[in-house]
Amino acid sequence: MSYEDWYRQDRLPHIFCAGCGNGTIINCTLAAIEQMGWKKDDTVFVSGIGCSSRASGYIVTDSLHTTHGRAIAFATGVKMANKDLNVVVFTGDGDLAAIGGNHFIHACRRNIDLTVVCMNNQIYGMTGGQGSPTTPRGCLSTTTPTGCVETPFDLCELAIAAGANYVSRWTSYHVKELEKAVKAGLETPGFSFIEALVQCPTAFGRRNKFRQVADHVEYLRSHSLLRAKRDRLIEAGEPVPEDMFVVGELARRKRPALGVKP
Amino acid sequence: MTRIEFWQGNTACAEGALAAGCNFFGGYPITPSTEVAEHMAAKMPKKGGVFIQMEDEIAGIASIIGAAWTGARSMTATSGPGFSLMMENIGFAVMTETPCVVVNVQRGGPSTGQPTMGAQGDMMQVRFGSHGDIAIIALCPANVQEMYELTAKAFNLADQYRVPVFLMADEIVGHMREKIIIPDSMPRTPRKELVKGTLPFKADADLIPGFPQFGKGYGVHVTGLTHDERGYPAATNPHLHEALVRRLVDKIESARHAIADFDIINPDAEQVFIAYGAPVRTVQQVMHDRPDKNIGFLRIRTVWPFPEYALAEFKHVKRFLMPELNLGQMAREVERHVRVPVVSIQKLGGELHTPAELVAALEAQR
Repeated sequence: MSYEDWYRQDRLPHIFCAGCGNGTIINCTLAAIEQMGWKKDDTVFVSGIGCSSRASGYIVTDSLHTTHGRAIAFATGVKMANKDLNVVVFTGDGDLAAIGGNHFIHACRRNIDLTVVCMNNQIYGMTGGQGSPTTPRGCLSTTTPTGCVETPFDLCELAIAAGANYVSRWTSYHVKELEKAVKAGLETPGFSFIEALVQCPTAFGRRNKFRQVADHVEYLRSHSLLRAKRDRLIEAGEPVPEDMFVVGELARRKRPALGVKP
Repeated sequence: MTRIEFWQGNTACAEGALAAGCNFFGGYPITPSTEVAEHMAAKMPKKGGVFIQMEDEIAGIASIIGAAWTGARSMTATSGPGFSLMMENIGFAVMTETPCVVVNVQRGGPSTGQPTMGAQGDMMQVRFGSHGDIAIIALCPANVQEMYELTAKAFNLADQYRVPVFLMADEIVGHMREKIIIPDSMPRTPRKELVKGTLPFKADADLIPGFPQFGKGYGVHVTGLTHDERGYPAATNPHLHEALVRRLVDKIESARHAIADFDIINPDAEQVFIAYGAPVRTVQQVMHDRPDKNIGFLRIRTVWPFPEYALAEFKHVKRFLMPELNLGQMAREVERHVRVPVVSIQKLGGELHTPAELVAALEAQR
């Protein structure tokens, strides 16, 4: 068995663009699930709308491809109605943090036993590259043609503040770390949130000076600041670089959870 | 043993759902429907079901759709503003053929309107509110007994036709207290299971596919996108889209006779009242006060699909009179099916028509 066995071969080719980072994240998620020994019949994938949310349709298990932003609300119904099912949500930054922001924070608060994997490409990819709640300041998109002037969400900080039991962030470069993080999320009773920054060459990269896919992946690698290193900088009273994002395990706790398998 | 209770309509609604085997309620508080959720919160866990208060009505209906796919009999309850929020996911339930029950205890609108007053202003919204061409089933209770029975019936219709079914109550029926006779048990229509090896969205002769419950090894993909019989997205295929949407509509419209629920009184009358929901009560009072074979009554419980063939039962009708707590929403539906005048007796503000108002309409232009 390998993670490849979890794909619907009759759905190929997939819709993702050449160089898209989403496939990497789906592979890592399925590899983690494979390690968990979860059965296909007991596993349900739920997703909303957007490139990332197409993931559920490529997997052989029962899957629910829902409305924009609402995946977590649908998943809450699935999980609460049948706690024996393992429920994983695929989402993106627009789906999760813009239209679905309310469902996200309330699922964290309830600490419902879901694992949410967010492919954060910092853009609306499927609609052609509009600014999202995670588009960095100054970045170009079709709706921020002179550079984004709004401050982006830190999705992990949001999840931690709202009460999620497990939170971590990695990128499409950190495949081994990401796989371990997803597995840790799957193992954690309660709400687990894994953010994976991904490159989107079609809608983000080509407008923001990433001529090659590898340039963007290299940017994600070089601008990742390990949590431990960030903590050391803070301890030493040194400034934390503002253009970097913290990666690693950001929260792991045992708050009371909802919907956990009895 | 049957037993007699003195219940509020919203309590009867919740109890009717529980009697029907409802085992998942996801909702959000809103006047005048809140008692349904409160009763469910108290009773559902004792029956082994799940009650969850969601963060808004959008999440409420999303949660019941998710629960339905695990095999649950699921329900939410709301009123106008929440109902408006639910529209997108109602379309999702139609497109994915998800059986679920939505209770709308109607209040005066538009907008926040009259939270504590009754209305029937959402009768067209329930039929046409979600985008695209859809068909749904909507039931209208006129008393506490029907709040119980029609809620239970809604679950059977939802499971049989794989469609969201709406209990279009109103504040008057929802908040009134009346005697109710509780039956021993409610008949239960099982959800037709998908035969293993059959494509999950391939319909049988009744235009309804078998249900592939999550967790049973079907490996079904459920999407709101236009999908083929495998359930796979096929959103750019014009013929497939037309065939799918036509089937989703036809499975309800072609079953209109089986779904219909109405009473005909005095079919030879020349003046015929048509009513659904709370205004039924005023018509009943008028007919009680003046026994007259020339006054007929079509009393409708299944408003959608509209049982237009019932109108033809009144062979000598000169005009229909239709009291509604809106500006003539269903009167317009009646008008397109008949050649005689339809007098729309409209009332807004939250109170029922008085019998005198209906008598005045009866005597005007006679």
